[in-house]
Amino acid sequence: MPNTQAMCTQFKADAMNGLHAFGPSVIRGATTKDAYKAALYLVSATRNAADTVYNSTGEVSGANYVAGGVAVTTAVAPSVSGTTAFFTPSASIVYTTVTLATAFDAVLLYNDTSATKLAVSVHTFGSQTVTAGTFTLTMPVNDSSNALVRIA
Amino acid sequence: MITTTRGLMDESLLKRVDSVVDNDNEHTTAVEYWDGDECVHRSVHVHLKRGIAFGVGEAGGVNA
Repeated sequence: MPNTQAMCTQFKADAMNGLHAFGPSVIRGATTKDAYKAALYLVSATRNAADTVYNSTGEVSGANYVAGGVAVTTAVAPSVSGTTAFFTPSASIVYTTVTLATAFDAVLLYNDTSATKLAVSVHTFGSQTVTAGTFTLTMPVNDSSNALVRIA
Repeated sequence: MITTTRGLMDESLLKRVDSVVDNDNEHTTAVEYWDGDECVHRSVHVHLKRGIAFGVGEAGGVNA
């Protein structure tokens, strides 16, 4: 069997777990996992792959919505299946009894532990408003084909 | 009783409107309660069907 050029699958999961640093890194205060948050953005915002950190520009505002969004539950560590590493929050993301009168259509997942609030991913959905109600984002199946964040 | 823009209200006194959107990206349900021509409550449940993949294979490309 010849040698085969490949990205080692374990590296993908290890990268998700912060075990590599090809460039200057940070001094971590602990070996515990980081805390993540999810912020909502207006249809008029321009969140995309170019985002490097959490940005309040274009974030929704309204009754009972706190800037920066809500905590994301990360009870299940990243996994690998086949050659894909993947991660999905382990619970729905819920904004309870909010009023968000201006249409929004995106959520930014970001690292709330990092000093600069490093961005992870942007996910879009159909335009919504909420009136004295609850906005719930239920996560996809946590597997190599559907997980919220996958490195294939 | 449900939360509304006017506080807790008896939902039986309001008109309920349900809507559903289903596509490749999401399955979304919305529930609205109307008092006359005023929407006093709207809750939304978005089920994301699939997340984002970052392709780092031989081609080195990125795919969604």
